[in-house]
Amino acid sequence: MRTFFISRLLQAIPTLFVIATLTFFMTRFAPGGPFDSDKAIPDEIKIKLQSHFGLNLPLFDQYLLYMKNLLAGDLGPSFKYVGWDVSELISLAFPVSLSLGISALLIALLIGLPAGMLAALRKNTLWDYLPMGIAMVGVCLPSFVLGPILIMVFATELKWLPALGWYSWTDLILPSLTLGLFYAAYVARLTRAGMLETLKQDYIRTARAKGASPSRVILRHAIRGGLLPVVTYLGPAFAGLVSGSFIIESIFFIPGLGKFFVTAAFNRDYTVVLGTVLFYATLIIILNLFVDFLQAWLDPKAREQQ
Amino acid sequence: MSEAQGASLAKDAWIRLRSNRMALVSLIILAIIVSFSFIGPFFCEYKYDEQNLDEQFLGPNQQHWFGTDSLGRDLFARTSYGGRISLAVGFLATTVSLLIGVSYGMVAGYVGGKTDAILMRIVDILYSLPFTIFVILLMVLFGRNFLLLFLAIGAVEWLTMARITRAQTLNLKRAEFIEAARALGFSHSRILFHHILPNLLGPIIVYATLTVPAVMLLEAALSFLGLGVQAPMASWGSLIKEGAEKMDVAPWLITFPGIFFCLSLFCLNFIGDGLRDALDPKSSKD
Repeated sequence: MRTFFISRLLQAIPTLFVIATLTFFMTRFAPGGPFDSDKAIPDEIKIKLQSHFGLNLPLFDQYLLYMKNLLAGDLGPSFKYVGWDVSELISLAFPVSLSLGISALLIALLIGLPAGMLAALRKNTLWDYLPMGIAMVGVCLPSFVLGPILIMVFATELKWLPALGWYSWTDLILPSLTLGLFYAAYVARLTRAGMLETLKQDYIRTARAKGASPSRVILRHAIRGGLLPVVTYLGPAFAGLVSGSFIIESIFFIPGLGKFFVTAAFNRDYTVVLGTVLFYATLIIILNLFVDFLQAWLDPKAREQQ
Repeated sequence: MSEAQGASLAKDAWIRLRSNRMALVSLIILAIIVSFSFIGPFFCEYKYDEQNLDEQFLGPNQQHWFGTDSLGRDLFARTSYGGRISLAVGFLATTVSLLIGVSYGMVAGYVGGKTDAILMRIVDILYSLPFTIFVILLMVLFGRNFLLLFLAIGAVEWLTMARITRAQTLNLKRAEFIEAARALGFSHSRILFHHILPNLLGPIIVYATLTVPAVMLLEAALSFLGLGVQAPMASWGSLIKEGAEKMDVAPWLITFPGIFFCLSLFCLNFIGDGLRDALDPKSSKD
């Protein structure tokens, strides 16, 4: 078990290295540069700016320099936000995205798990068809359609909630619903399938034969196996929540890291783009590791394989 | 003299698919949407990029069945045109991911051993990458290039395809008919293409059907961020974006493309589920 996690952690290092290299050269080979659009800047100042940020060095030297700083944990200064370090910018914008992601995940699990369990336990009744029908619609309703609909209903018509911006906690409700409902639908489908599969197993029959009460059979015995597909899905879901937040942040005008990243890429703010990509990659790698851990805890078979 | 006919896999599957009412209805609706996208323009006197500034924001009426947008363009023509782009991206990008994923997975599964371990480890690592971020980055940096869009989306979606193909190939490799083929001295490429590939078709078709909506969703998301197709061209995603911006004054602008888009995703998902039950009865759901 321990060796598995250590080897996984060690694998993260070359992965991050490849990502950094790839992103570095991708941004540099793209047309345009950070100081191109500012036509008002005289040429001599532009050249000074470029030499200040080391952009006049040969490309490979720039790469080596960046990697050297990276090893020291320094993501460098932003080209566009003068006087700001990339890590400062990330620490400013990320908490916004994080609170959005966490509340969306909570919504997904709090709605999806019970709905899926209910459907599996009341198979082929109204309690199965109704939530599963809604879940099917939910899976096919992308956030950029759902978001505007929710704004129209709850903000424009009913005036219960604010539509746009990021000022108080009520601003969190509509965005996290928009982001979370899709995953709730998916989680519900996975939970149902997982529970149905588990309830057919021999060990459930054994538990029943021993005279365990129905609720004990479900809560003690079935739930572990039944939740496995959901846990496996959590890995891709984390990555999906991250990229989903890009869209949500642009629908609801939320100053999170996603919106920030797209702007930085448009501005050719090389260091910010690189820093954000690396930050997200690290985050996703850590979350995946966490998912592996959960999986091993729930499933004895996976534990042995590892 | 009549000969007893054995049911082929395809025929068998078709019979089973036909009895699945949801899948059949979805197939019909999808056929209607596809024909709307491809022959719709012939029934419409307006072109998708034809501006008419006297007719801004007209609601659905007799001239403009779906209304008009901020530049007086006919929404029926634009929805139909956008459908062509969205569906084309969906199917072509799926083909790209299919080609990469199937060949990669087949090689990994067939060769096995160390090669397999390395190839699949690469897939595992790629899986854990924030790939959508790379797609967004690619589109921002290199401009809204249509070919790039296919490549980028295809490059993201091939991973699962590779895993499925590899697992299936691994199972097939041990089958007796493959051993027989090898004993007969057939070359590896012949075994791969004539014996293994045809047996992979079932799961490949099922997964491909489920990839198309995923791809369409990704394209629409990119277009929504303003990174997909560029005006005056349109896809359902970019139309939904325009609609969302003008939602208070012209709600029909998001309604029509939204309905077409969601309905297509809905149908494709149901067809995929139906095909899975039809082609692979063992894995059928309860």
